[in-house]
Amino acid sequence: MVPISYYLVLSGLLFACGVCGFLIKRNIITIFMSIELMLNGVNLSFVAFAAHWHQLAGQVFVFFVMVVAAAEAAVGLAIIIAVYRTRETLNVDQVNLLKL
Amino acid sequence: MPIGLYILASVIKSAIVLFVLLTSVAYTVWLERKVVGHMQNRWGPTRVGPFGLLQPAADGLKFLFKEDLTPPHVYKPLFLAAPLIAVVFALTSISVIPFGNDVVIGGYVIPLQITTDVNTGLLLILGVTSIGVYGVALAGWSSNNKYSLLGGLRASAQMVSYEISLGLSLVGVLIMAGSFSLRDIVHAQQGHFWGFIPNWNIFHGQIIGFFCYLMAAYAETNRIPFDLPEAETELVAGYHTEYSAMKFAMFFMAEYANMITVGCLATLMFLGGWNGPLFGPPVLQAILPVFWFVAKVFCFLFLYIWVRGTLPRFRYDQLMAFGWKFLLPVALANLIATAIAVAW
Amino acid sequence: MVSIHLILFLAFGAVAAAGAINLLVQRHPINAALSLIAVMAALAGEYMLLGAEFVAAVQVIVYAGAIMVLFVFVIMLLNAGVEEQTKGSRVAILFGIPGMLLGSLLIAWVVLKHSGTGDVAVGALPGAPNVIGQLLFHEFLLPFEVTSILILIAIMGAVVLASKPPVPGGAPAKKVQD
Repeated sequence: MVPISYYLVLSGLLFACGVCGFLIKRNIITIFMSIELMLNGVNLSFVAFAAHWHQLAGQVFVFFVMVVAAAEAAVGLAIIIAVYRTRETLNVDQVNLLKL
Repeated sequence: MPIGLYILASVIKSAIVLFVLLTSVAYTVWLERKVVGHMQNRWGPTRVGPFGLLQPAADGLKFLFKEDLTPPHVYKPLFLAAPLIAVVFALTSISVIPFGNDVVIGGYVIPLQITTDVNTGLLLILGVTSIGVYGVALAGWSSNNKYSLLGGLRASAQMVSYEISLGLSLVGVLIMAGSFSLRDIVHAQQGHFWGFIPNWNIFHGQIIGFFCYLMAAYAETNRIPFDLPEAETELVAGYHTEYSAMKFAMFFMAEYANMITVGCLATLMFLGGWNGPLFGPPVLQAILPVFWFVAKVFCFLFLYIWVRGTLPRFRYDQLMAFGWKFLLPVALANLIATAIAVAW
Repeated sequence: MVSIHLILFLAFGAVAAAGAINLLVQRHPINAALSLIAVMAALAGEYMLLGAEFVAAVQVIVYAGAIMVLFVFVIMLLNAGVEEQTKGSRVAILFGIPGMLLGSLLIAWVVLKHSGTGDVAVGALPGAPNVIGQLLFHEFLLPFEVTSILILIAIMGAVVLASKPPVPGGAPAKKVQD
């Protein structure tokens, strides 16, 4: 029997690592992966609460989060490819001007 | 059943299945060389042992003794890990596949499956297949070689695209059986209809599903007619160009183990699993389902090898167009037709 | 009380936490991608412990097996190398990491202090596929249909954004003979 708070602490830790990665990394793909890590932390929290309150809606919502993450990953990576084609770099600090 | 006995039974089952699987991988290679040889009007291996039956052993020894070259400037951790990933996940999916009915030994009921019957067995196999893509992609990239990179990317794009059709072609079977558990799907195919035709899904309405599955399976395991990513004449052997000796043997094993897993899955879903005529004393009745299962998997593998010897290979754009523009709509149409037929 | 449930939870949790921290530490994006895949696999194990077997399988098939493959493709195609430290990133590391550590420790302390919210058993809420399917097609039908449109829009967007820009001057593209 594991207390619900353990699951929440793990979920919070994953989310915190995601936010940290988003702030300190400079490679745009790694920043994107930190966003996915945040979404995973949130998914764990959803499933843990679904088990705690015995409501299956939590698990169904994880489904929708995954679908949205998939759509966002597809479009975001396409944008990254387009940016790489014009700017020739993946470092966000060098993509900070509207015009080259 | 006490936990110690359960663990012992699982370990024994794992050992037996692993031994049988690895031997089958080796002898599938032998079978392929013989059958393709005879199709091409030549003998195939004949010198090593009677009918060349010791050829796989000779090949295994050769792989052990070959020099293991690591080219310079490869990305070492992934270069070493990629064949391991490929082989481990190819061998893992056999753990949820049931080979026969439950046997009763000494008063305990032992299922002929390494795990117990998992509720979502089919989904686990699909999941493990999805992870197997990484072995190919990482091998291609870490080899520091443009042919390998192209071959690896093409192979992984092909595998990911055909995974969708593979899954969709199986959903028709799921609708008819009503469960994701592999045992329930086989139980739903017992009996006969119209008197003598067995109730296997391939006869009982899933013939289109079977063909979709067949074609998606050929593409998933990178076999002819979909084997452009590892074709020798096009891409200098693609993603396993820079691998030699044991690592190449691991890729080889992974490919044939994938073939066998896909064959087992087709047998369970479409060919009625271990259902077949049962006769004789109870000992024979316990062994006969396993025998029918193995016979059906053998027929499926023979079909694989037959197609390899006969068809030319697709060009890459034809391959992707076929997967997305033909196979996916056909699998969807099969799904809709099955759903309508079952709902009536 | 140390049960097998707690041991398994800690094992999967340790793998997930290690993967998350490895994502921050690694400088090459491919290592970060592989540690993220490890996190997702560990989370699939956690979902199984909570009884959500369908969600766990979908996590492996969709998240670890398709979305991360997309990430790995892009890293390989764009030949992403080791990332460089700039002034901005050094400042962010200097202030960001202690800040996040402080924030997460605070939240963890608050959550654990008010941990009277009870225990969760193994497989507490079995999420069998047919039950989830019932929910998806009855109560959650509208979000389900809307996500299908969302995926269609994402497909179109990805194809348009990643395709090569049209050749200026209207030169016709060569078609490969079928």
